[in-house]
Amino acid sequence: MSSTFDTIANIIAETCDIPRDSIKPESHAINDLGIDSLDFLDIAFAIDKAFGIKIPLEQWTQEVNDGKATTDQYFVLKNLSARIDELVAAKGA
Amino acid sequence: MRLEYFQLIDRIVDLNLADRKISAEATIPNTSTIFEGHFPGYPLMPGVLLLEAMAQTSGWLVLAANRFERMAFLVAIRDVKLRMFARPGQSLTLKAALVHEGSGYAVTAASITMADKTICESELTLRLMDFPNDEMKLQMRERAAQLGLRVGVASDG
Repeated sequence: MSSTFDTIANIIAETCDIPRDSIKPESHAINDLGIDSLDFLDIAFAIDKAFGIKIPLEQWTQEVNDGKATTDQYFVLKNLSARIDELVAAKGA
Repeated sequence: MRLEYFQLIDRIVDLNLADRKISAEATIPNTSTIFEGHFPGYPLMPGVLLLEAMAQTSGWLVLAANRFERMAFLVAIRDVKLRMFARPGQSLTLKAALVHEGSGYAVTAASITMADKTICESELTLRLMDFPNDEMKLQMRERAAQLGLRVGVASDG
């Protein structure tokens, strides 16, 4: 999990010009780091490339809009890391 | 190329969906009101319109790849380089390749060449969204046909 988080944190730091030290596993990408949807597209692109996956952003957004999930589940970075680990594992299955 | 109508591509000359690539052609008109201001006495195709031409080329590729189910809107550009002037009457070759197809977005690498020399290039991000209305979807399909873009379209169902 830690390496996944580190990769994500480095991507966010580089993409959004946010100090790496301020990016924590508990950070919420939107609420704490101020990342907007357009910036998150860049992050998603970089994550997709780094892990060879396709983050289901539209599905996540729909689930949040429908009240079936909270933004915390996908955008708190430790949770995002876990989702990415799941996607990577599913790809290799 | 009809600058005032933002129709910056004259024809699609090749679409390869297997390789996720498209190639198009356009000729810069000899006259346009745009050249009266850009620039007086030295007309140049504005760089922002070259960028728009790359976005349109990318857009047709993305539309073809998703069988016109969703519209592609330009949301980000990066690493833009405008290497040479493009002047009235010159013919351009526009190319785009899909770099990545994400969830709700696509990233392309696009370029414009003139006599085999690259005059500009960029990486573009396009967001995929439902067509805001049926009229736009119809107009895009009609325009695609005019450009020679031949690809199956999803049923309206």
